[in-house]
Amino acid sequence: MSAEFEQMYREVILDHYKNPRGHGEMESADAEAEGQNPLCGDEVSIFVRFGADGDTIDEVRFHGRGCAISQAATSMLTELVQGRSAAEVAAMPKDELLDEVGIPLTPVRLKCALLGLGTLKVALHKAKGTPLPAEWQGMANELELR
Amino acid sequence: MALTTQPKLDAQAIRADFPIFEQEFHGKPLAFLDSAASSQKPRQMLDAMTGFYETSYANVHRGVYQLAERATEALEAAREKVRALLNAPSAREVIFTRNATESINLVAYAWAMNELGPGDVIVATELEHHSNFVPWQYVAGRTGAEFRLIPLDEHGELRLDALDELGDVKLVAVGLVSNSLGTVNPVERLTAWARERGALSVVDAAQAAPHRKVDVQALGCDFLAVSAHTMCGPSGVGALWGRAELLERMEPFLLGGHMIRSVGVDRTTWGELPHKFEAGTAPMAEAVGFGAAIDYLEAVGFEAIEQHEHELLSHALDRLAELPWVTAYGPPADRRAGIVSFNVEGVHPHDVAQILDLEGVAIRAGHHCCQPLMRKLGVAATNRASFYLYTLPEEVDRLVDGLRRVKQVFA
Repeated sequence: MSAEFEQMYREVILDHYKNPRGHGEMESADAEAEGQNPLCGDEVSIFVRFGADGDTIDEVRFHGRGCAISQAATSMLTELVQGRSAAEVAAMPKDELLDEVGIPLTPVRLKCALLGLGTLKVALHKAKGTPLPAEWQGMANELELR
Repeated sequence: MALTTQPKLDAQAIRADFPIFEQEFHGKPLAFLDSAASSQKPRQMLDAMTGFYETSYANVHRGVYQLAERATEALEAAREKVRALLNAPSAREVIFTRNATESINLVAYAWAMNELGPGDVIVATELEHHSNFVPWQYVAGRTGAEFRLIPLDEHGELRLDALDELGDVKLVAVGLVSNSLGTVNPVERLTAWARERGALSVVDAAQAAPHRKVDVQALGCDFLAVSAHTMCGPSGVGALWGRAELLERMEPFLLGGHMIRSVGVDRTTWGELPHKFEAGTAPMAEAVGFGAAIDYLEAVGFEAIEQHEHELLSHALDRLAELPWVTAYGPPADRRAGIVSFNVEGVHPHDVAQILDLEGVAIRAGHHCCQPLMRKLGVAATNRASFYLYTLPEEVDRLVDGLRRVKQVFA
């Protein structure tokens, strides 16, 4: 298989896709939101539970349907944000997740990769009033985050 | 056995006319299986557009100088080619638009918005492209008319037995060929049914006109929309055909220059057909390209094109049936055009399309502007391979090989 292929569907992506971390529902979550990418019909729902201080992210769960990129990136995200404060995640640059995903993405696939992060930021915004940076507000419209 | 005078189409020879195939993608020749979204362009069409710009370009109709006359002749010659293509009674009935979507919007705004009201029913189908769905849903919302759909059976074909439950139908909107499943709809029966009720019919032929002879008189419709870009022509131009007596009674759609007879401070009167519906500077070079595309397709022959695509479709359905983890949607080969929608078990269409791209195979993944249909099929998206006159059987084989690779990666 080609080098491009190896890059795009590298082992870690397929592993997160086939064995997603933090996959499932959460009863009485402290924060939650649903996001949808109208371009491809991908959907993701994200649930957050805070720790005793009411601010540190203790657990993130998600479920949805979508391509390997969107599902793997959201799975990686659940690991990435654990133990961080809501404000930290609200301010987290998208490149931090994209570096973790670590594959070259076309503009169309970029939206797939960022669906989970955008949805998580909306969930925190709804629960904690954390700011949605300007670039995410644009993304929020485009991705129809609710 | 009947004698066949139609020569068989030579797809290899045809490909030499299409410059796009001179390059490679990911180190492989391009297997372009996305012609339903938009077709590739033959050099003859591109040369016609360039030639028009180089030798005949000026704004049409009002110029008195020779060059403007030449440009006008070129535009009107293109209109005549569209008329002949559709077997329309008169070139006055052929209106150049931006694309089939704009053609349908013209009917929606200039006819339906003025003529329909509460108690009236607009009928579309569950198969429609958003272009022949959203305008009617919107018109219904704005006028108080009801928007209803002809349902599909399990093969993705229209359930004509459900027609008589639809109420006081005033307009029937139907695609001749489904862009998503390839279903060839029984449009003649629907237009006859509409006529019996005094209802008008609007046919979206954007996916039919590239592949088969479309005859507005045989179809018995009132309006028909085509796009040049699906049939070897340029983007940015399409056409609406409408019956003259309807077009004459209708209010204009877009307002401005060229569509007027006279303009006063208090009142403006409209120009004659087709100019009444062609406000502003026309897509002149695009129309010339559209005409050249029609010439190209006529020279190859629509029967030969249809036969070639039918062979490709049968081959594709046979080859896909070898893959038990592939679900193909749509009717049997004899009642559909060269379009195959399918899903790979457990793999999202975006991933399928991405892996195929790395093999040089271009297909479309998504909802194909048919979200109501996707919901009916119970899927978020499908993969779609679509064929045209330049498609080779070995490209279908490359698709199948690519799908085996997809399955291997996601196993």
